[in-house]
Amino acid sequence: MQIKPVLAALRRHRLATLLIAMEIALACAVLCNACFLIANRLQLTRINSGIDEASLATLVLTGYDPASAADLNARVLDGLRKIPGVQSASVINAVPFGNHAGTAGITLDQAGQKAGGVVDFFVGGPGSFEALGLRVVQGRAPTAADLQPVVDFVPKDAAVLVTRALAAHLWPGVDPLGKEFWCLTWHFRVIGVVDHLARPGGGEGGPDTVEWSVFAPGLPGKNLAGTYLLRAPPGRLDQVLRDARTRIARMAPDAVLDTSASQTLGTLRDRYFRDDRAMVGMLAGVIAALLLVTALGIVGLASFWVQQRRRQIGVRRALGATRADILRYFQTENFLIVSFGIGLGMVLAFGLNLALMSQYELPRLPLYYLPIGALVLWGLGQLAVLAPALRAASVPPVVATRSV
Amino acid sequence: MFGYYLDLALRSLRRNRMLTALMVLAIAVGIGASMTTLTVMHLLSGDPLPGRSATLFYPQVDPDPDPRHQHLPYDVMDYRSATDLWSAHRADAQALIAHASLKLIAPGINLPPLMARTLSTTADFFPMFAVPFRYGGGWSAQDDASRARVAVISSDLNNRLFGGADSVGRTLRLKGADVRIVGVLAPWRPSPQFYDVAGGRFSEGQTASFYGKTEEVFAPFTTVQDIAGDGFDLFTCWATPQGHQQVSPCAWVALWVQLGSPSKASGYARFVADYAAQQKALGRIGRADNTQLRGLMEWLDFNRAVPRDVRLQTWLAFGFLLICLFNTIGLLLAKFLRRSGEIGVRRALGASRAAVFAQCVVEAGMVGLLGGIGGWLLTLLGLWLVRRQPTEYADLVHMDVAMFLTTFVLAIAASLLAGLLPALRASRLAPGLQLKTL
Repeated sequence: MQIKPVLAALRRHRLATLLIAMEIALACAVLCNACFLIANRLQLTRINSGIDEASLATLVLTGYDPASAADLNARVLDGLRKIPGVQSASVINAVPFGNHAGTAGITLDQAGQKAGGVVDFFVGGPGSFEALGLRVVQGRAPTAADLQPVVDFVPKDAAVLVTRALAAHLWPGVDPLGKEFWCLTWHFRVIGVVDHLARPGGGEGGPDTVEWSVFAPGLPGKNLAGTYLLRAPPGRLDQVLRDARTRIARMAPDAVLDTSASQTLGTLRDRYFRDDRAMVGMLAGVIAALLLVTALGIVGLASFWVQQRRRQIGVRRALGATRADILRYFQTENFLIVSFGIGLGMVLAFGLNLALMSQYELPRLPLYYLPIGALVLWGLGQLAVLAPALRAASVPPVVATRSV
Repeated sequence: MFGYYLDLALRSLRRNRMLTALMVLAIAVGIGASMTTLTVMHLLSGDPLPGRSATLFYPQVDPDPDPRHQHLPYDVMDYRSATDLWSAHRADAQALIAHASLKLIAPGINLPPLMARTLSTTADFFPMFAVPFRYGGGWSAQDDASRARVAVISSDLNNRLFGGADSVGRTLRLKGADVRIVGVLAPWRPSPQFYDVAGGRFSEGQTASFYGKTEEVFAPFTTVQDIAGDGFDLFTCWATPQGHQQVSPCAWVALWVQLGSPSKASGYARFVADYAAQQKALGRIGRADNTQLRGLMEWLDFNRAVPRDVRLQTWLAFGFLLICLFNTIGLLLAKFLRRSGEIGVRRALGASRAAVFAQCVVEAGMVGLLGGIGGWLLTLLGLWLVRRQPTEYADLVHMDVAMFLTTFVLAIAASLLAGLLPALRASRLAPGLQLKTL
């Protein structure tokens, strides 16, 4: 296929060519970045919480008298364990995707000079570590001997487990077992490392800090009460939670049940990522609308060109060009324009990505998005120009002999 | 002449309905997307108290006793600093803000106890922020001083407990203590809940909670201290919390002041700095230079109150509008050049280039008007979709008069802009060439 005649013809319609190219360039920039944003958000929603979400539910009680917290714990745990289907009931201070309970800044030295970042403390009573189903990759799980009373929000001198991500951040490349860290006057010693444990709702520091969690075993009492962890087989979990919510009034008439926070872990996770999913939906809608509008624009302009060049097409056909030749001509012309637009679009895509990086903490656009965007737009262009090109190909040669 | 151009425009649009439909659709979709996101942005980033926001200020004092710690002052103050500043009564009006969640029982009403979010504040809160009342009113400064057991409840709570009736004079049991209702608010949804905004810069853009519903109960600060004791919500602590919350190393009380003029504002800023210097001399705080006095809008900006996703969506929608514009330019170009024969005849009959240009621009404006109508309908659809999302600000979203006018202005402006280039091109057609090939 000869390119030079196509280019020569395009040079006579510079404005329209430039318009389609600019439209394709903008579409390429928005398409690449929107797809990247979608991939980014979807990746966020797939974080590994490290726990057996399908088997766990949480109950949150508030408004009780702190002096009778131990009695409340005893009554509630006793009542919860009697519910048919419950495998275990334990006290815990927070759950992943739930409300914050013990967020604090830690330091690597007792004097408080070397900051370690802001982490979330999970404090669980007997049975909670096993109920969560955390996987220990180094060291050991907490035992009954490690249980200590909770002072304010976490035990004073505790043996704790950290996540792999936190250990890599605090002590990169070094065995974390036996290492110590402090939070003001609280002191912690690492006895084990778990694979994953997501912290409750968000946190300072960005998406890299999602797994900066510490698990400390603690004795239920005045400072560890009100939030309970239920474990049941996945099929019966909803029924167990419903039973628990109806029976809680009898178990603890003095407390108020926080209905929105007392859910299965699956529900809490869905709710936590609700905004991200909505954003993904909106982005997908924008991409679809964008591709539609671009395609319609190409169809409109190409139809106009075909109509403008009817006589030329008729002359070519009279001189011996086949229908396939005419079709191929228009498709090549569209391919060249779209390529020009894509070339410009790559630059725009990077520019847009830099702007988004500075404003919205997005990582850099990976290079493989550009060929994908290019392929999509080439395909779209070819598809859009098909109908006008077929109409051009059906122009009969006799048009060349007519003067009207 | 304008009527003639309109007539020509309508004829031309009717002649090729397909092309017209494509153009109007492109503009409508672009305008619909842009105006939906712009309306949400306008509602979330607007002034919550138009006319008053310039007189409201938020003082901050850094209560950290360690002078080596280099950080911006905490978003709220500790008990001592806030109450000292409030007791000095140096501003035209001032309101302390603290939060607690207290168990609420309505005696005589057969409903289970609920946890009511309680805003502990002072008497100036209601006149300062122009809070609307449905029944009764706020409490007085004497009630603050005498720790009176009074409270104001929100419209939602009144509906839930008393079915919307006039409940002034009835009692509620807050954490075991009886309080008398002195006022019921009318439905009040400031956007955002500016008096509660704090810690926004640590939220990674997820600030939708700033646009939720107001607290259920409003009670005097002194009264809630009597009732709740140490039950206030803490913002942060810089050392191990010990002892009563009033002396604990924690930040949990905020102060809003009203200062009628810029000179009063600078005077108050000096007062806050002097207070910090005095406290540093007494050895209670570490840094005297770490004070701030920000205006209301400045404070909202500092906390990045508008959720990050809303901003992103607005930019995305405008990028989409730009693409639709380019689309429209191309299609308008096609439409005008298709009529080159007719334009040639008009030029031959004596129309100037400017006349042709004007007529083409009027046609573009007509397309913009039709696109604006379609865009307005699509915006209403878009806003309906936004209202169905389970976000805190979803029920705030509606189209107001300003946004309605903006829709049409944007549509017509966009299409006029889009039509300039094709109109120019059409007006420069050589008439002779067109007449020859007729």
